[in-house]
Amino acid sequence: MSLVIDHIAKRFERFPALKGVSLTAPKGCFLALLGPSGSGKTTLLRILGGLEFADAGRIGFDGLDWLALPARERRAGFVFQQYALFRHMTVAKNIAFGLNVRPRRMRPPRAEIARRVDELLALVQLDGLGKRYPSQLSGGQRQRVALARALAIEPRMLLLDEPFGALDAKVRKDLRHWLRSLHERLGLTTVFVTHDQDEALELADLVAVLNEGRIEQVAAPAELRAHPASDFVADFLGQAFPGGGVVALRNARPPVPKKEAAPSPTVTRS
Amino acid sequence: MGVTLFYLSALVLIPLAALVIRPWELGFDGFWAAVTTPRVLAALKLSFGAAAIAAAINSVFGLIVAWVLVRYRFPGRKFVDAFVDLPFALPTAVAGIALSALYAPNGWLGAPLALLGLKVAYTPNGVLVALIFIGLPFVVRTLEPVLAELTRDAEEAAATLGATRLQTFRRVILPSLLPTLVAGTAMAFSRAVGEYGSVIFIAGNLPGVSEIAPLMIIIKLQEYDYAGAAAIGVVMLGASFVFLFALNALQSWSASRR
Amino acid sequence: MTRLLRQRAPTDDHPLTKLILGSVAIGFIALFLLMPLATVFSEALAQGLNTAVGALHETDALAAIKLTVTVAAIAVPCNTLFGLAAAWCITKFDFLGKNLLITLIDIPFSVSPVVSGLVYMLIFGLQGWLGQDLRDHGIKIVFALPGIVLATIFVTFPFVARELIPLMAEQGRDEEEAAVSLGASGWSTFRRVTVPNIKWALLYGVLLCNARAMGEFGAVSVVSGHIRGLTDTMPLHVEVLYNDYQYVAAFAVAALLALLALVTLGVKSLLEWQFAGEIAATHSH
Repeated sequence: MSLVIDHIAKRFERFPALKGVSLTAPKGCFLALLGPSGSGKTTLLRILGGLEFADAGRIGFDGLDWLALPARERRAGFVFQQYALFRHMTVAKNIAFGLNVRPRRMRPPRAEIARRVDELLALVQLDGLGKRYPSQLSGGQRQRVALARALAIEPRMLLLDEPFGALDAKVRKDLRHWLRSLHERLGLTTVFVTHDQDEALELADLVAVLNEGRIEQVAAPAELRAHPASDFVADFLGQAFPGGGVVALRNARPPVPKKEAAPSPTVTRS
Repeated sequence: MGVTLFYLSALVLIPLAALVIRPWELGFDGFWAAVTTPRVLAALKLSFGAAAIAAAINSVFGLIVAWVLVRYRFPGRKFVDAFVDLPFALPTAVAGIALSALYAPNGWLGAPLALLGLKVAYTPNGVLVALIFIGLPFVVRTLEPVLAELTRDAEEAAATLGATRLQTFRRVILPSLLPTLVAGTAMAFSRAVGEYGSVIFIAGNLPGVSEIAPLMIIIKLQEYDYAGAAAIGVVMLGASFVFLFALNALQSWSASRR
Repeated sequence: MTRLLRQRAPTDDHPLTKLILGSVAIGFIALFLLMPLATVFSEALAQGLNTAVGALHETDALAAIKLTVTVAAIAVPCNTLFGLAAAWCITKFDFLGKNLLITLIDIPFSVSPVVSGLVYMLIFGLQGWLGQDLRDHGIKIVFALPGIVLATIFVTFPFVARELIPLMAEQGRDEEEAAVSLGASGWSTFRRVTVPNIKWALLYGVLLCNARAMGEFGAVSVVSGHIRGLTDTMPLHVEVLYNDYQYVAAFAVAALLALLALVTLGVKSLLEWQFAGEIAATHSH
């Protein structure tokens, strides 16, 4: 049972953010949505998370009519670019949040919640930091808390919105490796938004390249490198492999300027 | 610059010194006696008590008003928003007589309330109503910028984690607003304690029942009991300082947790 | 399709919630703010516009209006000047006692107006420190114009300074330092560099200062002595008329003051809507 995105379209007032995108991904896959600012990748992710609504199209996941469910009921763990941690709560309370707000009959007993929190803290390698407040943590640590918080609700899928964008290069690299190994351990369907080609190609099983609201290509990283389906894909991936300059020359076009490392406020949000 | 300092000290420090020094001519016992007569105590109780209740009411409704003005869109919103400043701009005496007429037994609101058995004008209830009027803008205006700046992603996170809107408000939004809400409520309280013009007409001014502390000061002055008047003034000032100090301490403590 | 039924964003309140909260908010404002305002005008016009206007032409009323305007005409410029000077000192220089100064500026703002009036009585009143000396020299401060002006200055002092200080602190000293390095004198720098940067906040502060100066009741009530026709400002005159059961006249004068308040609110809002960014930084009340 896979993730089926079928002709999803979305416009913000005049601006068409998504122009009918479709793709299929197998369950347990690590899917990257790759593209420049304004390509619609974050919009698609937010639609998956229930934070935005599509104007047209359907999404099926695990046999469910995904769009018929409100965000609260989807159990899609969402990790935000700026972490969105609850600043007035400790790390432990942040992680436990999704369990604490469950209706009484579905809520585990307090001891069980505490146990799960400890388990998750160990999983994200933040043992013993449960009593700290987010303001007392580094960026990388906060991101891991955000991840633990999303995992606490035993999500059906994990959605990550440029999660490493606000971190510096070394921390980013470390977290990348760590995220990949986490994925291998948990086997959770993961959708990951990024504008960084290296990141996408390194982490994902499947990469969807978006441009101006359309999907240019969906393929495994190797396939993408070997057979880019369009000039845009080729250009965009231009810097990802060592022969980048050669590709540019072959296409007789000047190299595309290197993308900024700073997180870009997504223009598609109204 | 020296001129400024001179002006300022002349203007503020000297009068304050006068206030603080004067009561002591009665000696400590005299001071204590002056502020603990039943009449004065009743007035102090009314001023502080009504201010506290009014501030509490304003904190609840001020939060609602601020929420509606910041989060919702409706025609005329900007005008309503500007209008909230009315108690701030309107002379207190004008507010005073208006409230008095409004809640008098034959007033637009006083009449229907009388049918329900509620007397407002010339009772402590009237004092409460006037203080609610006075304090509302403090809560709303302090909350608005903070509410406006709250990013939605914490709320979105709560939603994805399964929280209902009410749970999100209670567990995520309200705690982050709490320091500001407390600050705004404290300001409303401070202002209400010393309020005179808006209250004096609707209060009734019955000794021991509906007299406010500032009125006691004026009565003492009219009796040429300057020291007694100053004593009450010092008590009011002192209480305000203690209150502000406690508030600052509370705010520093909560800020250190973030 | 089921999904079309739930098009409410997760950070939006339920429509029913919006209706309830919206009604409560508007209702509260209408009840506590709008109705008193409406009462002022409705009572003033209870016997027709002519009677109301006539009441304003009555001798004592005219004297009160004149006194109010005079007091404001003295107090506001004084406080503007010294508010500017204080804000300038605080934000452009570092000196010992700066924090104390900032606290002092807030004192008149947080103290009861009656206490403000009281302190002037304690100094200048007959039983006050200087009372006897003043009487011996025939100088009248309390129960006369000077006392009223002083009390009004005390009470409205913070308004200009409080608007300016956050803005000027945010703007920093760079431009002034640049000007000085280019050879401008202190006064010239002030005039050409500092003032243009703060003109809207200044206007805003002056507006609020004026509204309060004209409307001040508690402090003036204490020092004025209520001598009809001589030391009654408009707010005091309103009280006098009201206590005399001359309701229409009282509300007529009150209506005039209310109009002033509405104009103040209107200009204030216009300034905010036009220059939101600049003024938002200074909004501390």
